Amino acid sequence: MDLAYTEAEEEFRGRLREWLAAVLPGLPPKPSPDDWPARRAYDTAWQRMLYDAGYAGLHWPADAGGRGATPTQHLIFLEETEKAGAPYVGANFVGLLHAGPTIAAEGTAEQRARWLPPVLRGDEIWCQGFSEPDAGSDLAALRTRAVRDGDDYVVSGQKIWTSHAEVADWCELLVRTDPGAPKHRGISWLAMPMDAPGITVRPLRTLAGSTEFAEVFLDEVRVPVRNRVGAENDGWRVTMVTLSFERGTAFVGEVVACRRTLDALAAEARRNGRWDDAVLRRRLGRLNAEFRALWRLTQWNVGESERTGGVPGIGGSVFKLRYSGVRQELYEAAAEVLGAEGAFDLDREWALDRLSSLSYTIAAGTSQIQRNIVAERILGLPKGR
Amino acid sequence: MDFQLSDDQRALRSGMRDLLGAVFDRDRMRAAVERGGGVDRGLWRELGAAGLFALRLPEEAGGVGLGLPEAVLLFEEAGRALLPGPLVATHLAAGLVKGAAEGEAVVAVAEGAGRPVADLGDADAVLVAGGAEVLTGEALEAFAAGAVPVRSMDPLTPLHRVEGRWAGAGASEGRSAGAGASEAYPGALRREGALLTAAEQLGSATRTTEMAVQHAGAREQFGSLIGSFQAVKHLCADMLARTEPARSALYAAALTGDPVEIAAAKLLADEAAVRNARDCLQIHGGMGFTWEADVHLHLKRAWLRAARWLTAAEAEEILAADLGPVRPLYSGSAAGG
Ligand SMILES: Cc1cc2nc3c(=O)[nH]c(=O)nc-3n(C[C@H](O)[C@H](O)[C@H](O)COP(=O)(O)OP(=O)(O)OC[C@H]3O[C@@H](n4cnc5c(N)ncnc54)[C@H](O)[C@@H]3O)c2cc1C
Repeated sequence: MDLAYTEAEEEFRGRLREWLAAVLPGLPPKPSPDDWPARRAYDTAWQRMLYDAGYAGLHWPADAGGRGATPTQHLIFLEETEKAGAPYVGANFVGLLHAGPTIAAEGTAEQRARWLPPVLRGDEIWCQGFSEPDAGSDLAALRTRAVRDGDDYVVSGQKIWTSHAEVADWCELLVRTDPGAPKHRGISWLAMPMDAPGITVRPLRTLAGSTEFAEVFLDEVRVPVRNRVGAENDGWRVTMVTLSFERGTAFVGEVVACRRTLDALAAEARRNGRWDDAVLRRRLGRLNAEFRALWRLTQWNVGESERTGGVPGIGGSVFKLRYSGVRQELYEAAAEVLGAEGAFDLDREWALDRLSSLSYTIAAGTSQIQRNIVAERILGLPKGR
Repeated sequence: MDFQLSDDQRALRSGMRDLLGAVFDRDRMRAAVERGGGVDRGLWRELGAAGLFALRLPEEAGGVGLGLPEAVLLFEEAGRALLPGPLVATHLAAGLVKGAAEGEAVVAVAEGAGRPVADLGDADAVLVAGGAEVLTGEALEAFAAGAVPVRSMDPLTPLHRVEGRWAGAGASEGRSAGAGASEAYPGALRREGALLTAAEQLGSATRTTEMAVQHAGAREQFGSLIGSFQAVKHLCADMLARTEPARSALYAAALTGDPVEIAAAKLLADEAAVRNARDCLQIHGGMGFTWEADVHLHLKRAWLRAARWLTAAEAEEILAADLGPVRPLYSGSAAGG
């Protein structure tokens, strides 16, 4: 048991730090959260810089255009970029963190050649069309239908909560290809071009006031059969691969960011006198323990995936369950520190972050669903209702 | 980085589990409960022979030459098995009190003002945590004369309340350096005491999770196993979500020895031990409220340990003092945060 990084890992960290120090000061200011085209441009420009410097798709396998880095190197990458205040993956999230890895793992050579390089270069971005109005936690209840017509599927139905749909080029889309089969059996995983005729994207306003996600209406959209990843009706298995990537290391950078936020909060409390309130001060101390433990748990999980060959395991569910709750507690404490004056001012980053933290126990599988997964798949309790 | 147990560490842990299974199985544990705790000298020597107390003494000094991470693994097993006696204090006294390393001597600890002393009746020596003094002979007798037995909530841990001139012992941290204690000892004593106690808490939290899952997978109501009811399932999932971050924090603290990390580990392990025991009790229903079920023994000990070495309030203050102004957080090197 060892927390020391190897010489090669430290060298990698050193080079990355130098590069970040050299390029970050020259970046343009971050666009407004409501300006999606500007956000897309900003995020993809950053991805291009990573690509040119050899840091794109670090954790992807080399034969998918990635660098084949170890989970530890990927951890270092996420840690250092966050620490340095580098741009967040943003609009590249789905492509880089789950659609891309899914295609790398399950796609044909042709599919990999078509879709992976543009993700790495920042030329194309992806969105995730899984959820439907009547299929959220019960994802396998999805109804969007795809009917074979020659070399195409003709797709009709509706998706919802599709993040980045407004500016995405591609959508990882789940469709029902065999309506007669049991619900987990008749599903397929398609790559749908977002500019195909028949697609209507209607932005939804979130409680934070922004348009983070959208409804996507599909009216006889033609998607070539060759865009199917995995076998027809075997999409549920492919979906599980996607979800394991989604819950894998997606939150690592955020733990580092939360700890930085906590430090800034303590500094603010010391400045505005709230630090003298022992109850509040101790609450911040407790959050320090939580974020330290989550960081160590991340290192533990990475140690495990390094030993088992790099596939993120279901340990991610334990992490996600705890992290999503603690993150919300952080912003509750922030509101206490800021007091009535600061806590409600939407021009302050805190207030917006407090609002967006509310999504963490819902998106990517609710806390209740994570508990089911932990209880049934890790602890081995019987399935039931 | 390889933050996973090594093969040797796994072997050490399973060796300890086997040993405890042989010398302190459930029958013996329950017999100890009926006796009202107290140290079994034979068992103490066996633990000594197995290296529990001498684990961190250098081999030249007759020790095993291992470190805090290994000690943590052994104390985790002790916590799991509800092993009684002043294990942590005796371990800390190895090399300081004659016979402690071998399990010949039983060493208790006085942590300071307002804290009861455990296992004083059996003690051959008392460590005074705050002042790094060791009391033996007449000093021990004088100390014991000022101690009043308490009817202990935990049937495996006899307690004394200390009165008179010793009542505030420990308050003057680091001032009087007693027999054989180095300057740095008082701080290290408290840190390591907290860390090893946290390890016992983690073992207990792991065990009560197992007990809950076992019961939930065996007991039927409404024609189903209660573990298939989501309300029960979610209690179990939360137990694991408390235990695993505490485990990572504890192992990391054992590697770095960093006081802030130790505070985090103690805080989270205390919470995991106490709350998991409570949830385990709930899942056992009426049976959970009986003397016969072991769960109350875990809960009582967890409460007791949470009040020892480093309380939640003290840990939170240490962790708060570590926060802001903004500065580098997770350093790249082993020491981390
Ligand atoms: C910010 C944000 C971004 C998102 N982005 C995307 C995206 O890009 N693409 C995409 O496809 N989806 C996305 N989602 C959707 C997200 O995955 C779903 O919201 C989530 O899975 C929950 O589904 P639901 O909203 O239908 O809630 P429901 O499933 O209706 O759940 C409602 C409540 O019932 C509880 N519940 C449901 N089933 C059970 C059960 N079996 N046991 C116990 N409790 C249960 C839930 O925990 C919840 O509390 C996003 C969501 C958010 C908030």
